[in-house]
Amino acid sequence: MRFGVVIFPGSNCEQDVVHAVRYLGYEAGYVWHGDTDLSGFDAVVLPGGFSYGDYIRCGAVARFSPVMAEVVRYAEAGRPVIGICNGFQILAEAHLLPGALLRNVGLKFICEPVRLRVEKSVCEWVDLPAGEVVTIPINHNEGNFICDAETLERLKANGQVVLRYCEPDGKVRPESAPNGALDSIAGICNERGNVFGLMPHPERVVDPLSGGVDGQAFFRAVAKRVAEVAG
Amino acid sequence: MARYEVFVTYKKGIFDPPGATAERALANLGYTEVEGVSIGKYIRLDVADGTSEERVAEMCGKLLANPVIEDFRIVAKEA
Repeated sequence: MRFGVVIFPGSNCEQDVVHAVRYLGYEAGYVWHGDTDLSGFDAVVLPGGFSYGDYIRCGAVARFSPVMAEVVRYAEAGRPVIGICNGFQILAEAHLLPGALLRNVGLKFICEPVRLRVEKSVCEWVDLPAGEVVTIPINHNEGNFICDAETLERLKANGQVVLRYCEPDGKVRPESAPNGALDSIAGICNERGNVFGLMPHPERVVDPLSGGVDGQAFFRAVAKRVAEVAG
Repeated sequence: MARYEVFVTYKKGIFDPPGATAERALANLGYTEVEGVSIGKYIRLDVADGTSEERVAEMCGKLLANPVIEDFRIVAKEA
C-alpha cells in the first residue's frame, strides 16, 4: 500500500501525512504539484496547508495545478483520493466534491480537538460503525461547509455525509460545529465513495505520541479496501 | 488597454461571516439604522483592447468567483 501525498506551494501538512502512514506500516511518496504521474500510488492525499497563500479563495488556484487534472482522472477511475483541510477545499473547488467552505462563523481561526460522529456512508475511507464518536483536531479558518438545499438532500440520501461535529455523547446539535458548518458537516464523500474530503486532520492522531490514535482507522480502512480490490 | 471592474459577493442566502460581524459591530457603535452589510471583493482587470465582457465573465466563472457561493458583477470602465 503506497500513498501519494501531493505538495502544492504552501502545503504544510504533507510530512505529517507521510509520517502517519509510515507509522501504520504503509509506504508513502511525495508528488510535486507540477508532476502529472500518479501511477504507482494506491491512494492520493491532498494535504492541509495554505496552497498558493489561499489567494482568491482557499484551493482556487491549486485546483488548476498540473497535477490536479491527473487527480481528477484518478478519482474518476474510482481510485481513492482524500483531501484534508486545505485538500478538502481544493477538492470542492475542483468540483470533485459538492459545496464550498466559507469562513468560520465568528471569523476565528480554530485549532482544537473536536468530537466527530461517524455517519452511515458509502465512504471507502471509513469502516467504523455508524454512531461511533472519534476525536480529531481541526486547524482552519475556512471550514464552514455550505451547499444548497437540494445538494444537502442528495448528500444525505446517497450516504455522502461521512462525519458530523457532535457533542461528547454523540448527539449532533447546531452549535456542535465550531465553524458554523451546515448541518454540522465535517466531512463528505462523492457518490461513488472513493473521494473523501474533511476539515479535521486524521493524520495528526495516528502516532500516539501526538496525543491520540483516532485517525488510524481512516488510513487502515482505505488500505484494506485497496487490498480487497487487488484481490 | 481596456479596464473592467469586477465585484464578487456572496449569493443570496449564503451566510456572509465578515458582513454579519461588521453589521453587529456597527450596531454596537450606535449605527442602529444599518439593516444589512455584505462584504465582497473588488477586482480590477486591465486587459488588451477589444477584450469582451463575455471573456471576463468566463474568467470570473472559472477562477475569480466560485459560482457555488458567489455572484459577480462586471463593470466596463474607461481606462
